Amino acid sequence: MSEQLVRIEALHKRFGSNHVLRGIDLSVTKGEVVCIIGPSGSGKSTLLRCVNMLETPSDGKVFVDGVELTDPDCDLDRARTSTGMVFQSFNLFAHMSVLDNITIALRKVLKQDRATAEAKAEKLLARVGLAEKATSYPAQLSGGQQQRVAIARALAMEPKVMLFDEATSALDPELVGDVLRVMRELAEEGMTMLVVTHEMDFARGVADRVVFMDGGVVVEDGHPDQVIGNPREERTKRFLANVRERD
Amino acid sequence: MGLSRRQRLRLVRGGIYAATVAALVLILLAVDWGALGGALFKWEIVKDQFPDILTNALRNTVIFTIFGFAGGLSLGLLLAVMRLSSVKPYRWFAATYIEVLRGIPLLVTLLILGFGIPIATGWQWPNPYIQGSVPLALVAGAYIAETVRAGIEAVPRGQMEAARSLGMSYTRAMTTIIIPQAFRIIVPPLTNEFVLLIKDTSLISVLGVTASTLDLARFGRNGVNDTANATPLVVAGLVYLALTIPLTQLAAWMERRSKAGRR
Repeated sequence: MSEQLVRIEALHKRFGSNHVLRGIDLSVTKGEVVCIIGPSGSGKSTLLRCVNMLETPSDGKVFVDGVELTDPDCDLDRARTSTGMVFQSFNLFAHMSVLDNITIALRKVLKQDRATAEAKAEKLLARVGLAEKATSYPAQLSGGQQQRVAIARALAMEPKVMLFDEATSALDPELVGDVLRVMRELAEEGMTMLVVTHEMDFARGVADRVVFMDGGVVVEDGHPDQVIGNPREERTKRFLANVRERD
Repeated sequence: MGLSRRQRLRLVRGGIYAATVAALVLILLAVDWGALGGALFKWEIVKDQFPDILTNALRNTVIFTIFGFAGGLSLGLLLAVMRLSSVKPYRWFAATYIEVLRGIPLLVTLLILGFGIPIATGWQWPNPYIQGSVPLALVAGAYIAETVRAGIEAVPRGQMEAARSLGMSYTRAMTTIIIPQAFRIIVPPLTNEFVLLIKDTSLISVLGVTASTLDLARFGRNGVNDTANATPLVVAGLVYLALTIPLTQLAAWMERRSKAGRR
């Protein structure tokens, strides 16, 4: 089982009296792309945020790359460098240029010198198709461009796992494609990814596994053709029917 | 009456204008301008204020203000971070400090620290600048802390989450990501704090002053005693305005610009 990069055991999360995650078991092996789908309020974002401990689980264990993050003695700052996260609202540092957004953690956390960090940032910017935007500020970029910078920023830390929290939900429809393309390329290069998404085509085309969550539990977990194409559970069928109606 | 609503409003407004103009004319006619000018703005006395009011009094006011602000800003930053800390005793200390120092008039704090402490302990303030600036900084710190806290809270939560997700510690995220953005937000209110502080320095002279540590207000009061004429106070007031109006205008301009810059 050593190739399990992420392992979640009996995870619970309560916000006051609101029991959001009700016992989740989930693991992701190296190189696997797992998409988490489900209605809003099902706990899928909370689950993702527990993987890098942005939310502290109420109960249960989270392991990333063999390190137990839920261990009270765990050095979380260090452990978090093995996960990269991309947020729905991009969260680029508004007071910094694109280049500084990507290099700041390399320099301050990994203690790389500026030249090394910037060379790496420029390579990553080219990879997400934004080489010419290095000196721009986030407010000068479109949402899609900001999100691609955010992906480059996360990748710069060379994480073992990438977490995508509804990365395209805040984008205008015509900008979604560019971000999904970058995500697809990343998957093809063998990056391990845990993706919370509403993009069913992406989940079906890219994911190795699809997890359907509802009411704080995993309802169905399997190959995308099965979960999306031929769901076993009534709740999954209903959700997918609603999604198709919207499209 | 056959007047429409709009016509009535116009009539009322015209009446108000007419009454205002009439009142102004009455004042202009009733006041003895020669006597008033002689008591409030006598040219020979105005000239006598210079250059001392600038080289001595203004200089001291600026020194008190800058020391008070530098100290208050450092303290305010520390208190704001404590106020937002997850460590309860820090929060309690900061909250209590802010409540107490903002709840007591500056004059009282000045007297307690400037006179009370030396009387109680036998310890003497090393020099009048420190004696005046330290209480000023301690009080300014309480006000600035609340401004800084509001600024930090105005930075979107996602900025902290993104920083932490990249492996930054809380302190690192605060210093490199959150506080720099908070400061952009609070520059206009901080400028207003600075203006308040300029005016508050006028209270320092209750601690007693020597000829070399007079501030603008005390300089004006001494001038009134010397000349039996209010002109020195009016001149001091004008010098305060020469300091404060450009700063409030600057703050207003920065506020407009930051509003326009927000998308």
